[in-house]
Amino acid sequence: MRPFTYERATDLAAAVKAVAENPGARFLAGGTNLLDLMKLDIEQPTHLVDVNRLPLSAIEDTVEGGLRIGAMVTNSHLAADARVRARYSVLTQSIVSGGSGQLRNKATTGGNLLQRTRCAYFYDTSKPCNKRHPGSGCSALEGLNRNSAIFGASEACIATHPSDMAVALTALDAQVETVTPQGATRTLAVADLHRLPGDTPHIETNLAPGELIAAVILPPAAAGGQVYQKARDRASYAGGLASVAVVGTKVAFGAVAHKPWRAEKAEAALAAGASAVEAAHAELAGARDNGKNGFKIALVARMTVAALDEAKQGRGA
Amino acid sequence: MKTTITVNGQARALDLDPRTSLLDALREHLNLKGSKKGCDHGQCGACTVLVNGERINACLSLAVMHDGHEVTTIEGIGGEANLHPMQQAFLEQDAFQCGYCTPGQICSAVGMLKEAADNWPSQATEDLGAAIALTDAEIRERMSGNICRCSAYPQIIAAIRDVAGEVA
Ligand SMILES: Cc1cc2nc3c(=O)[nH]c(=O)nc-3n(C[C@H](O)[C@H](O)[C@H](O)COP(=O)(O)OP(=O)(O)OC[C@H]3O[C@@H](n4cnc5c(N)ncnc54)[C@H](O)[C@@H]3O)c2cc1C
Ligand code: SF4
Ligand code: FES
Ligand code: FES
Repeated sequence: MRPFTYERATDLAAAVKAVAENPGARFLAGGTNLLDLMKLDIEQPTHLVDVNRLPLSAIEDTVEGGLRIGAMVTNSHLAADARVRARYSVLTQSIVSGGSGQLRNKATTGGNLLQRTRCAYFYDTSKPCNKRHPGSGCSALEGLNRNSAIFGASEACIATHPSDMAVALTALDAQVETVTPQGATRTLAVADLHRLPGDTPHIETNLAPGELIAAVILPPAAAGGQVYQKARDRASYAGGLASVAVVGTKVAFGAVAHKPWRAEKAEAALAAGASAVEAAHAELAGARDNGKNGFKIALVARMTVAALDEAKQGRGA
Repeated sequence: MKTTITVNGQARALDLDPRTSLLDALREHLNLKGSKKGCDHGQCGACTVLVNGERINACLSLAVMHDGHEVTTIEGIGGEANLHPMQQAFLEQDAFQCGYCTPGQICSAVGMLKEAADNWPSQATEDLGAAIALTDAEIRERMSGNICRCSAYPQIIAAIRDVAGEVA
């Protein structure tokens, strides 16, 4: 691992300033993604600002009747929270489907949202990758792209975002509260946090350099069942090949795009009275097969129908 | 960088390169070789230790992040003279072959029983509102972060079931 300097932040504004003013600096939360990528020389920060001791570890009720989840709340604590289990069960379901007990005890809400792709070529520093080295090319386009995106990809990058939690948050219409480098607080929808790759796959989010995620805000729970389904190569401790989150008639897909994919066409079809099968097909009509990832199209369609069905029967309501 | 970590009940003052993982600090600086390095990437669980009572992968954490924390390694769980019930159960159920994954399995199992006692859910939990019953399916799912290359899984589950039964 390359050398870096380390500081333990005790003040939120100072932490933001420290990262915003130093292009080589990064926030360090659980470290389960960042340290892994640093060991592989994919991430090369020169300074780490450890945000674990900032007072961002509470889950609080909001006046609107939702929840405000501090960015440093661990995935385990969030999944186990009684309010989350009772009112936002899709969030618990999604979190416990990811990683292992050990990883969830360390991983944080903010870090989970900002984890990077698991594209095999992004991890292989001997291969071209536009995300690691802008302009070097995309090895996945014609390569082993079984786990690549079927929605919203570009000629520059067909990687997916691997977070399970973010898919549930998207279906729940959650918001992200941040502190900008100027010290202001702003909120944006989780659905607007990540970007599609376009020509700049190395720019993954709409956050400014040094902008800190302070919290995730859940609106009051929507009516209807809540279901998270994940397909993968092993029964546990494996990233998703595809996942589906359903909250009432809201639908989001995971591991199929550069961001959690809000299935707006499926939602519109459902609102117009379409069946679950018709709604799934309305969305999947826009999917693209790159050679080895085409199986995801039928897979996601079937998972969507199953998840909508389960939600309709009241699971997780 | 100066860091003090309480390891197995004893405060240990360290002066570390910030790059040092918690695992390397334990093994190379404190000579506690029980925690194992299997993959160094969070993919196997051999490095599992308890930090403030919760199990984590020591390979994916920097030692300097743990200033002031309490870390328990397999050496602190129990030794030959005072085996922890989980260690005893692993012996009785023949829950290892080469033994490389075992310290991580045992630390993980101890942390896992506390999580279940605190009613934390897992992917195997069908009713998120009910009290957790540690069925074999629950034990298997909750221990999925610990890989055993010798595949002693049936015996590992039996050992954990024995201890969970005692505790319940
Ligand atoms: C073996 C393995 C299996 C996994 N399987 C799954 C899986 O099945 N499903 C899944 O969803 N995930 C999986 N993960 C990924 C895991 O969920 C993430 O590594 C974790 O959620 C990242 O959180 P962290 O707090 O450790 O982030 P870190 O590694 O600390 O940070 C990640 C990134 O976010 C930035 N960051 C962190 N916090 C903030 C903040 N508050 N504001 C701004 N920036 C911030 C950091 O600078 C860094 O760039 C797996 C990981 C491993 C190692
Ligand atoms: S899909 Fe994206 S991350 Fe993967 S090789 Fe291509 S550019 Fe890199
Ligand atoms: S060595 Fe830490 S998980 Fe494998
Ligand atoms: S006993 Fe050999 S790896 Fe588990």
